[in-house]
Amino acid sequence: MADAGAARTSAAGAGGAEGGAHAGGYDPMAAKMGMWLFLFTEVLLFGALFIVYGVYLHGFTWQFRQGSARLSIPVGAVNTAILLTSSLTMALAIAALRRARQVRALRLLFATVGCAGAFLAIKAFEWAGKFTHGVYPGAGFLLEQTKGEIIFFGLYFTMTGLHALHVLVGIPLILWGASRARTGAVNPERCVFLENAGLYWHLVDLVWIYLFPLFYLIS
Amino acid sequence: MNSRTEERHVVPDSLYVWVWVALLSLTGITVSAKYTDLQHLAIFAALLIATAKAGLVVLYFMHVRFEKPIFAVMILVLLATYGIYIGLTFVDYANR
Repeated sequence: MADAGAARTSAAGAGGAEGGAHAGGYDPMAAKMGMWLFLFTEVLLFGALFIVYGVYLHGFTWQFRQGSARLSIPVGAVNTAILLTSSLTMALAIAALRRARQVRALRLLFATVGCAGAFLAIKAFEWAGKFTHGVYPGAGFLLEQTKGEIIFFGLYFTMTGLHALHVLVGIPLILWGASRARTGAVNPERCVFLENAGLYWHLVDLVWIYLFPLFYLIS
Repeated sequence: MNSRTEERHVVPDSLYVWVWVALLSLTGITVSAKYTDLQHLAIFAALLIATAKAGLVVLYFMHVRFEKPIFAVMILVLLATYGIYIGLTFVDYANR
């Protein structure tokens, strides 16, 4: 804790030197550190679910593989590529804004939102396909399957659903950042708001990086 | 701090693009490895590749490589904490 306090104090001192006067207690280092602490709670939230997954994979390895075989690898792979691309456009948007290239930054932010929308649309089709085949929590067809498969799909819907919720939250967050970049509230000297939105977005990508192989690739 | 801040400014876009190319390639490798016969290694290998991808995202996209070291320290504390959770859970399950 003493370290964190010291880092913040020095950052506050350096913050003034970085981009001229930062009025109103603008402290990018502290803001970023706060964002990371929030992301840590997110990691532990998903982390707990990954542990549940690990325990049941250990207990029902074969049945998890059968469940995984019902998921489409191409669909999962395309969604992975889309999310990775959205992470790229987000990082490029922040870099553009730091170079005071506002229009480019806005375009890249809209591209990020577009990717997020595409991801959710594909996810929706995927889930809808599962629903029509009687694969959803509590469905009669699913309940006739093995216990391991029921657990596999329970975890699948819980974890990808919680992840999709995070994607859904990311869209207005990025749009808010874009609107602040447009008005100049977020600018090359004060862009920690957008940087933090970026950190959130990359975390969403990180979670999917683990979800994809664990659910789609174990059959 | 100032030199580090300057460093952040000059991270070229091409670096991000290369990281993205590496991430897509690693995804391709995991998917194609799926179709080989290494069933027992499959999950372990997939997790290893996923962790390599996560490292790239954290270091470059999330900028940890160019931030003050305190962020890397915080992340290591998080990973150690999570490692303890995983370790204790498996010790628990292994002894039931």
